[in-house]
Amino acid sequence: MLAKRIIPCLDVKDGRVVKGINFVHLRDAGDPVAQARVYDRAGADELVFLDITASWESRQTMIQVVERCADQIFMPLTVGGGIRTVADIRALLQAGADKISINTTAVQQPDLLHRASKMFGTSCIVLAIDARRRSGKKSGWEVFIHGGRTPTGLDAVKWAKRGVALGAGEILLTSMDCDGTQNGYDIELTRTVSRAVSVPVIASGGAGTLKHLAEVLAQGRADAVLAASIFHYGKYTIDQAKRYLARQRVPIRPVPPRRGKQKKSPQRRGGRREKI
Amino acid sequence: MVAIVDYRMGNLHSVQKACAQAGLRSRIVSRATDIRQARAVILPGVGAFGQAMQHLVQQRLIGALKETADSGKPFLGVCLGMQLLFETSEEFGQHRGLGIFPGRVRPFPRNLKVPHMGWNSLSLKRPHAWLRGIPDGAYMYFVHSFYCVPAERDLILATTTYGREVAAAVGRRNVCATQFHPEKSQTLGLTVYHNLARDLAHKE
Repeated sequence: MLAKRIIPCLDVKDGRVVKGINFVHLRDAGDPVAQARVYDRAGADELVFLDITASWESRQTMIQVVERCADQIFMPLTVGGGIRTVADIRALLQAGADKISINTTAVQQPDLLHRASKMFGTSCIVLAIDARRRSGKKSGWEVFIHGGRTPTGLDAVKWAKRGVALGAGEILLTSMDCDGTQNGYDIELTRTVSRAVSVPVIASGGAGTLKHLAEVLAQGRADAVLAASIFHYGKYTIDQAKRYLARQRVPIRPVPPRRGKQKKSPQRRGGRREKI
Repeated sequence: MVAIVDYRMGNLHSVQKACAQAGLRSRIVSRATDIRQARAVILPGVGAFGQAMQHLVQQRLIGALKETADSGKPFLGVCLGMQLLFETSEEFGQHRGLGIFPGRVRPFPRNLKVPHMGWNSLSLKRPHAWLRGIPDGAYMYFVHSFYCVPAERDLILATTTYGREVAAAVGRRNVCATQFHPEKSQTLGLTVYHNLARDLAHKE
């Protein structure tokens, strides 16, 4: 059975992870590749790198980060932030990214979705939508761009459908109302979009507890959840999240055992402490 | 030397890195002579079937790939590279494939979310040297909108379930292919590349 995915998101600025992260045993906690390795071992299902500076210089840095990541880590990687052209997409895919997420430029030049999906395949193109509740909109949500600063007048559900028609193979849906609150995802928004489109939907914004993950995956019909703080700050591990979801009958991929890890035997008890 | 076939369909970087991780020396190649000289061939690929075949024809690689299958040389197909092994595909019209294996490629029904994207579990059907060490029920990473329907059941090495039971790995003798991405499926996925490396070492 297809498992629901848990996707940690790392915000990267000039090649460094921003937001403090609590992996104490990391020699360089600001290195996105070091962080990615930790999440790989912890059993995350995918990773997202979001370039929050997205200047030309920072994108060149990001390409190097993606290359280093792809050298060592064998799991799906999505990169987003400031993607403007087919050339941007090609450079990141060639560096080893699997999917590219497009937000502002998709609204400004919807044709980019079409051209990029024709060229690289729909499964590489993720449409990122930042949505906020607005009473004037038919569905109740409006699309914002420029990191949530600029309203577009677009109806979020309509835009999601159009994006998929243009060639997006997945939707990364962030509720601006819930983002940063840790009070739970916008279940209604996620469910409405997920029902409206034929592609997988990643829910984002609002995760504070494991119950929130279960709610948006079950009632919200999300195919995956994006989360940052609850994992970065060590509130929960990926394994705890997956065990909890399994108990709630959400289909997940159990965290695989580490290669070479011995089963605990009575003789080893009290011996060397396993590093996490 | 393992030849990773570059026919302008998707990212080969991770396939090459997976080879390196398994101790396989590989080269990304786009000419028939390089395929003929290689000790093993990997056909990766992401994108549309018709366009992929068009590129293979333009680069005059069809003959060399069919010879590889007949030669007994290890031949690994991945994702689109698995689908291309079959005779026909219904992806945006009818297209002819390499015809190395009998069967066709069909779209998922419309009631399912497409692409079939994410980690899904394998149900093992038949052993193959390159799947050794992968337990029944293992999760692998899939991304595809079309699925293979082999005409001969004994080609199916493993299946997965998405709406229906679909082929997740097919193979016979020296030709083996996975619908999932072993190079994106963490340690268990890399097993495929390690097995290929061991197989090549034995032949030396």
